[in-house]
Amino acid sequence: MLIRVTEAPISADEGARAVASPAAGAINVFLGVVRNTNLGRAVSHLVYDAYPSMAEKEMRAIAEEAKARFGLEDCAILHRTGRLEIGETSLVVAVSCGHRRESYEAGLWVVNEVKKRVPVWKKEVWEDGEEWIEGPESLGMQQAPASMQR
Amino acid sequence: MGAMGTVTVLLFASLAERAGTRRLELPLEEGATVGEVRDRVVAQFPQLAPAVPTLMYALDEEYAREDAPVRPGSTLALIPPVSGG
Repeated sequence: MLIRVTEAPISADEGARAVASPAAGAINVFLGVVRNTNLGRAVSHLVYDAYPSMAEKEMRAIAEEAKARFGLEDCAILHRTGRLEIGETSLVVAVSCGHRRESYEAGLWVVNEVKKRVPVWKKEVWEDGEEWIEGPESLGMQQAPASMQR
Repeated sequence: MGAMGTVTVLLFASLAERAGTRRLELPLEEGATVGEVRDRVVAQFPQLAPAVPTLMYALDEEYAREDAPVRPGSTLALIPPVSGG
């Protein structure tokens, strides 16, 4: 099970290689990449902050839960931190299992859990300013008074 | 109730920027809870007050409730809404 928070570049290849298994008929790899706009505003780049030791703990717990829940052979989660340019990969989720259906379901479930509870934060930097983003799916926003939710 | 040991508080992302620090040590009152330590941090950095309604907490790298007791020597992270991925 490959779990890593790192400032170095991460790749689909690395995720796919990490979950390879003779018992797998399917390997599904998801890449989260940096987009050039958000909510109609042009994004220059992103800066990711993290609580690395806890983030890796949460990612490991998510991967373990995904393996049990979807009967996976293996699961890898890599998250990059620091400054990322447009088009660069911020998140790699790779799963391997017997068949395609559970590979898609498990991949989506893992990404959703990462967005809920892994302590990583992104700051959007625009031409004329910057802002730390509060994820609408995060546990923190879900506990917020309704008036604060976006 | 006297001080008994210390607690390390970690700040991240918007909280770290607003406070101008990522880490502080506070004396720990006996029986203090997560919420009470949080209140002490906010008293020291009032600019963090608006973030409180959406904060999550972690004690020694595990999510913890506001009423959880803080043991001496432990690390309390104040966790604003996460936005990884």
